[in-house]
Amino acid sequence: KRVPAAAPSVSMATAGARPLATGQAAPGAMAAAGSPSVFLLAVNGQIESGQFPGFDDLYCKFCFVYGQDWVPTAGLEEGISQITSKSDVAPTTLVWNFPIDITFKSTNPSGWPQIVVSVYGPDFFGNDVVRGYGAVHVPFTPGRHTRTIAMFVPESTSRLQKFTSWFTGRRPEFTDPKVVAQGEGREVTRVRSQGFVTISFNVVTKDMKKLGYDVSPSDMQNPSLVPVAEGIHRY
Amino acid sequence: MAAAPSGAAPAALRDLPPVPSTSRTGFAEFSVRERMREKLKAARSKAEITLLQEDPSPRPRRLKSIRERKTEVRLDKASDNDKFSQTQEDESHLPSKMKFCGSVKKVKQKSTFQNDFPSAEEAYNFFTFNFDPEPESIKAGARKRNELNEEEEAEEECVETHEDEQEEDETDEDVCLVKDDDLFIIGQTAEDFLVMKPADCESYSEQLKKEKEFLFTPSMLAVPTSEKMHGNMQPRYLEDEGLYTGERPFVSQSNQNILENRILRQEQGKEWFGDDGKILALPNPIKQSSTRPPIFSLEEGIAPELETVYRKAIKMTAANQYLVGPGDLQGPFQLDIDISGLIFTHHPCFSREHVLAAKLAQLYDQYLARKQKNLTRLLTDKLHALRNAVQCSIDGGSAGVPSPVAQQSIPEYKIEIRQTRRLRDAEQEKDRMLLKTIIKVWKQIKSLRDFQKFTNTPMKLYLRKEEIDQRLDEKAYEAEIQAEIKELLEECMEEYEKKMEEYKTELQEWKSWKKTQKSKKKKKKKEIHEEESVEDCDLGEERIKPIPPKMANSLDIEQQVREKADNCRRKPGEPALIPELVLSGSITPTELCPRAEVLRREDVKKRSAFIKVLFNSKEVSRTATRPISSDFRVHFGQIFNLQIFNWPESLKLQIYETMGMSSTTLLAEVFIPVPETTILTGSAPMEEIEFSSNQRVMLDHEGVGSGVSFSFEADGSNKMTLMTSGKVSNSVSWAVGEKGIPLIPPVSQQNSGIPSALKNIDAIASIGTSGLTDMKKLAKWAAEAKLDPNDPNNAALMQLIMVATSGEAHVPDFFRLEQLQQEFNFVSDEEFNRSKRFRLLQLRNGEVAEFRNYKQVPLHEREISEKIFQDYEKRLQERDVIDSKNYLDAHRAVVANYLQKVRESVINRFLIAKHHFLLSDLVNEEEIPSLGILGLSLFKLAEPKRPLKPRRKERKKVTAQNLSDGDIKLLVNIVRAYDIPVRKPVTSKLQQPSKSSRSFNEMFAASPSAQSPMDSPDWAFNQVLVRPFVEVSFQRTVCRTTTAEGPNPNWNEELELPFRAPNGDYSTHSLQSVKDEVFINIFDEVLHGAVEDDHERGSGIRTRVERHWLGCVKIPFTTIYFQARIDGTFKVDIPPVLLGYSKEKNLGIETGYDSVRNLSEGSYITLFITIEPQLIPGESVREKFDTQEDEKLLQAAEKYEADCTSKFPSRQCLTTVIDLNGKTVFITRYIKPLNPPQELLDAIPNSSQTAAELVARYVALIPFLPDSVSFAGICDLWSTSDQFLYLLAGDEEEHAVLLCNYFLGMGKKAWLIIGNGIPEGPTAYVLTLEQSQYVIWNPSTGYFYGQYDTFCPLQNVYCLITCDNIWFNMQEYDSPVRINFDVSKPKLWKSFFSRSLPYPGLCSVQPEELVYQHSDKAAAVELQGRIEKILKDKIMEWRPRHLTRWNRYCTSTLRNFLPLLEQNQGKDVEDDHQAELQKQLGDYRVSGFPIHMPYSEVGPLIEAVHSTGVHTIDVSNVEFALAVYIHAYPQNVLSVWIYVASLVRNR
Repeated sequence: KRVPAAAPSVSMATAGARPLATGQAAPGAMAAAGSPSVFLLAVNGQIESGQFPGFDDLYCKFCFVYGQDWVPTAGLEEGISQITSKSDVAPTTLVWNFPIDITFKSTNPSGWPQIVVSVYGPDFFGNDVVRGYGAVHVPFTPGRHTRTIAMFVPESTSRLQKFTSWFTGRRPEFTDPKVVAQGEGREVTRVRSQGFVTISFNVVTKDMKKLGYDVSPSDMQNPSLVPVAEGIHRY
Repeated sequence: MAAAPSGAAPAALRDLPPVPSTSRTGFAEFSVRERMREKLKAARSKAEITLLQEDPSPRPRRLKSIRERKTEVRLDKASDNDKFSQTQEDESHLPSKMKFCGSVKKVKQKSTFQNDFPSAEEAYNFFTFNFDPEPESIKAGARKRNELNEEEEAEEECVETHEDEQEEDETDEDVCLVKDDDLFIIGQTAEDFLVMKPADCESYSEQLKKEKEFLFTPSMLAVPTSEKMHGNMQPRYLEDEGLYTGERPFVSQSNQNILENRILRQEQGKEWFGDDGKILALPNPIKQSSTRPPIFSLEEGIAPELETVYRKAIKMTAANQYLVGPGDLQGPFQLDIDISGLIFTHHPCFSREHVLAAKLAQLYDQYLARKQKNLTRLLTDKLHALRNAVQCSIDGGSAGVPSPVAQQSIPEYKIEIRQTRRLRDAEQEKDRMLLKTIIKVWKQIKSLRDFQKFTNTPMKLYLRKEEIDQRLDEKAYEAEIQAEIKELLEECMEEYEKKMEEYKTELQEWKSWKKTQKSKKKKKKKEIHEEESVEDCDLGEERIKPIPPKMANSLDIEQQVREKADNCRRKPGEPALIPELVLSGSITPTELCPRAEVLRREDVKKRSAFIKVLFNSKEVSRTATRPISSDFRVHFGQIFNLQIFNWPESLKLQIYETMGMSSTTLLAEVFIPVPETTILTGSAPMEEIEFSSNQRVMLDHEGVGSGVSFSFEADGSNKMTLMTSGKVSNSVSWAVGEKGIPLIPPVSQQNSGIPSALKNIDAIASIGTSGLTDMKKLAKWAAEAKLDPNDPNNAALMQLIMVATSGEAHVPDFFRLEQLQQEFNFVSDEEFNRSKRFRLLQLRNGEVAEFRNYKQVPLHEREISEKIFQDYEKRLQERDVIDSKNYLDAHRAVVANYLQKVRESVINRFLIAKHHFLLSDLVNEEEIPSLGILGLSLFKLAEPKRPLKPRRKERKKVTAQNLSDGDIKLLVNIVRAYDIPVRKPVTSKLQQPSKSSRSFNEMFAASPSAQSPMDSPDWAFNQVLVRPFVEVSFQRTVCRTTTAEGPNPNWNEELELPFRAPNGDYSTHSLQSVKDEVFINIFDEVLHGAVEDDHERGSGIRTRVERHWLGCVKIPFTTIYFQARIDGTFKVDIPPVLLGYSKEKNLGIETGYDSVRNLSEGSYITLFITIEPQLIPGESVREKFDTQEDEKLLQAAEKYEADCTSKFPSRQCLTTVIDLNGKTVFITRYIKPLNPPQELLDAIPNSSQTAAELVARYVALIPFLPDSVSFAGICDLWSTSDQFLYLLAGDEEEHAVLLCNYFLGMGKKAWLIIGNGIPEGPTAYVLTLEQSQYVIWNPSTGYFYGQYDTFCPLQNVYCLITCDNIWFNMQEYDSPVRINFDVSKPKLWKSFFSRSLPYPGLCSVQPEELVYQHSDKAAAVELQGRIEKILKDKIMEWRPRHLTRWNRYCTSTLRNFLPLLEQNQGKDVEDDHQAELQKQLGDYRVSGFPIHMPYSEVGPLIEAVHSTGVHTIDVSNVEFALAVYIHAYPQNVLSVWIYVASLVRNR
């Protein structure tokens, strides 16, 4: 199988290369002494599968988008999955089972991390084109969650461009996949919905309640709420 | 005629031509029914024929007759058509047929042509038919035969016959033939019948003819309209008459024609045609769009129509308002309504006795009620008590000291007694009246019963007498009366006294008056008589003497009291009467009653009643229909369980009465109150609710009816009218559930709905909350509703109404959006603002520069240090406070402050614009390739893979937003350098060519051959090589090339420097404001033998590397950012004096070529600089700016720009610019002759060239500050010259404008050039015309170039601007070397103002005259000292590990040199200066140089010194020398000289 040679337009950077909050070392040290000054959010899970009828041989990339008060402390912030092909038999979902594992620390729930998933695959001519962008917030209640993200791709601005982009295999893409995690400037784009991606999260938080952020549901018997996105029906 | 056809049929048979077959085909299309009819006809004709055959007639005769026929036929031929005649000919030999033909002919003459065919057929049939002997038909036939003579009959017959026979079937014929044959077969052999004949061969044309005859081929030609119309009618077109005809369905014209032709052949075919001569047709029924909506199926495999959709069941709820909240809905609630019965207090069927009985019952009820209350008794007791109290207080008062309280209370008691007595009397009277009325009514009943001789009611009244002890009673009675009399007497006495008092005072007054009168009279008598009239007047007013009041008579009072007591009280000794009503009386049986009564009773029996229960105005159930009993009671005894979801709004009972089987009338509606929640089933009391109906019933029997007046009196007086009325006894309660839980909706629910809400909430408080905003309406409603003001439920409303009507309340006419916001503020605003964390978050959100990229705002307040805000607050404070510390110069501080403010306002403006996104910011989309590009790309396919001359490929551009540290690199490619200064041997003494001034001509044309003394042959040999290398420093990162050798080194090395944006902010806006510069320094690497001791020489060579700064090139980062790449040869900024070095200017001078000579003017370096990845420079925000320019002018400018750019898209055309106030200004307004500082002109009075140079230098000394730095976002602001001189900062255009204006002021011919230069990109230069030569001035450096100077940094010329016109370069080339600057040629230069648009005489934005401050020498000296100190400190700071020694002697020497340098403008002082230095510091090896800079602030000076790397020398015994000189020019323009040198003592 081919391996996607170069991810289009976005350079890959691992979390290790990122400088970890150098200035904020002191509050972190204080956390040990009873009253924490940061809370931690550990997310692991996997990008389980996708439903992209009509497309095959897709791979996906993910990255996290978070606010200024968030710092990843461990794990990978970005990743790129293997190419997966559809099974010949009935459930024609594309399964990646691509693991996510990242821990954040933060001082502010504003800018809660979002995972941005973009799916790519070859088109009719074998060009690598984008098949969908989507983003969802990391669930903030501890426990296991499953999210189904409805994906979309930017539309060409005109018919002619649509044709040429189809022909040349250079379809419109977001300059930065992180655009889908922000609201600003989206009004200038037009998108077409296309496919679903299912992600499962296991969320662990630390010190949130101590710092006054009570996110656990009042009914503790049933901590894992029914995922909101479950409503999106399967194809 | 009858004899004519003979029996020669068999003979004729043989010769029978094949007529039948042909004829048959022609008529095959006739219907079966017609065929049947035709058979009948045929049979008939056969019969005729047989009759004829029976006639024995001789053959010759027949033949003759045939001949006769023939002739006849031929006569006919002329008139008949061809077909017919032909047929006739064919059949001519058939004699017997002719007769028919004759008749046919006759018919044909009258009827249509279609009658001509059948004759042959007939004839055939005539001969061939074998008929059944059918007696009837024969008869008929015979009869007809007989009538044949009559012409008409025959005609008819023939018409029928021929029609029918046309359609003879072949089979019939065949059968007939066979049968015919059979007849002859008997007795004859086959040979006898066989006739050998040659095969008949018809020619084709004949066949055609025949076919033509029988076949009808409808024509495709259009039928003339006249044929399609009846008679002579003209076609009529409905459409033309304005009637709607609709669109006809489309049928091709040829098909239409065929159809028309075909129809016309039919009988009555014309009926198919309409009035317009077209076939009748309905309008086209096909609709353009489908009317049925398409159905889409969600699931496959199921037809969409059959798909079932699941919908959840929905509970129907009536109105939301009354809906029980869904929260704790425990299931349905239940109301139990128990309707026990109905009692009529009046009914139309009441008899008179009933009426009275009802009255009696009512009275009795009243009596019982009164008795229960027993008010009389109560009041009597009270009276007694009061009397006792009064008595006591009087007694007590007499006994001891009368207490003032008691004294005071006595009159109060008395008043009380009086009132109570009055009340008691009234009650007693009522009691007595009631009793009297009861007795009276009872008497009436009795008399009525006696009168009518039957009783209807079981009522009986017993009056029980209660015996009373007469004596006691009388005593009490008397006591009572006495007490009363006494009281009354007292009362009277009081009154009397009061009146007496009044009388006395009045009398007094009267008496005094009288006296005065008398005295007056006396006086008057003394006086004159004339005053008598006055006297009369006085007498007239004489007062009446008051009458004394009468004393009340006690006897009168007693009389009154006794009278009253008689009236209202039981007489003493009279027994007390207690009425008792019982229903024990017997009712007279019906049979004993008179007829009218019987009828009444029967009527009552027929009547029955039922009750409907309505819940929220909806009928939910009804009782069974029960008969009305004779005592007008109806018993239901039914309990209804209402299961409800909604809060009951109303409960209503409707009482219906039915009469027999027929009518049902609604008697009345009764509203039942909704029970309180405490009333539960089982404990609910029965309640009687009265009702009455206004129906009017008149009955013809004993019944009194309703709404009808009747009387008990015989004479009909004293009439009364009663309405149907009654009582419903019922109880309503809430049911109790299985577990004893009452099924009641939650109490809170009851408050929903406006009426109940009003009860519980203060009306004023609820204003503005729940739709009760219209106070006026509310007040109006309250007034109309006539609320009971005493009802506590209405208290709130009454209060409201009071307020509303008194007009005191003012209805708030504002709308408060968040009226409860205050309650949700968990901290006060002050506390909020005090919160550091909140402030930090706010500032970050507001994108304040200091906090824009602040990461991880701490969670706790205590973790935020105050220091964070210090800088910010300091900046805010300093906005107005001028701090001279950083600037060392008050004026610059002011300017810097002003600039900072302008910058901030502009930045704020662009911060807003930054959040405006374009599609290209978010989506990468390939542009549509144009046709040309497509063609090119096709062409490319054929290109070789690796072309010999590869072309540059455009790099992919990256928008800056998704970058981070380390992503961006600055690539500097250092190619080569020319003419680097070379080392001078220390000992060499050079003679000095003196060259103080040059003329322009000399510079550009004449070869200065005089200055080539270096022709000593040992020079080349002795030449010390220079070993230059290049060091590039950017953001304190340093990279260097390898060392090359010689004055023209070639490195060709690529250096890579990382780029860090300030604050890690890689946005376009941030990048634009990066102030960093790229320093490209050229050094000479000098190797010194470190150890020169002889004993070590043998073991090895140790050298020490020194580097000497030779020159530098500075390129601002913004230039690289905007230009994307910088590629070219730059002049190296080499200090005028380089100690120990000399320019290799002698080389090649002998050739005398201009180009070479020009080359030798300075050192040059070839560079290529770019950023990797390529960044997209921010788009300029094209805003529409305010303007004061004429609209026409602006339009013309736009048009001019569009024209120019369409022809030369790469050439910038500038017509309007934006001034500092943000207004659009026409560019020529900036150009105006201005006076340069007089000092400069005075310095060199005669030479205009030197003066020009001096002025240019002066302009260049004004610091350079690119607009894009100060005003991020590419909007180029142009300041006027006075603003520029005040701000002392500006970029190319300001410099150029000022220089141009100065030149104009000096009387030169000067233009402003808008063009493109290196390294600055789009720029402005100045062009002057000097002695018929064009000279290009670089205003930022003060250098000038001839037009043909190849090293001129100006690369392209786009526009020329003067004070009254703009010229756009229309020449093929735009390089200054290749163009003609003669603007008078319209082909080469397109002018803005021309004949068509004359120059309107725009006034300039520049001031009339520039006023200069005189140079402040003292301040300059002071600044000089301070800068020197700062720089020395810095150098020591940069050498932390070494001792820095300062050579004071050298410093003072250098300081002496510097003014000289300034005086000579850095030119040509090198050699003598060096000699001087050499002389003074003979035993030192000196390397150093002066740096010359315009002064803006200290920072750049430090940076410049640092970049030279003087401090890096690490020889142990090194000494330094540093001198600063500042020369002050007018208007505070300062020229700074810094002389830095390092000295190493020579051994």
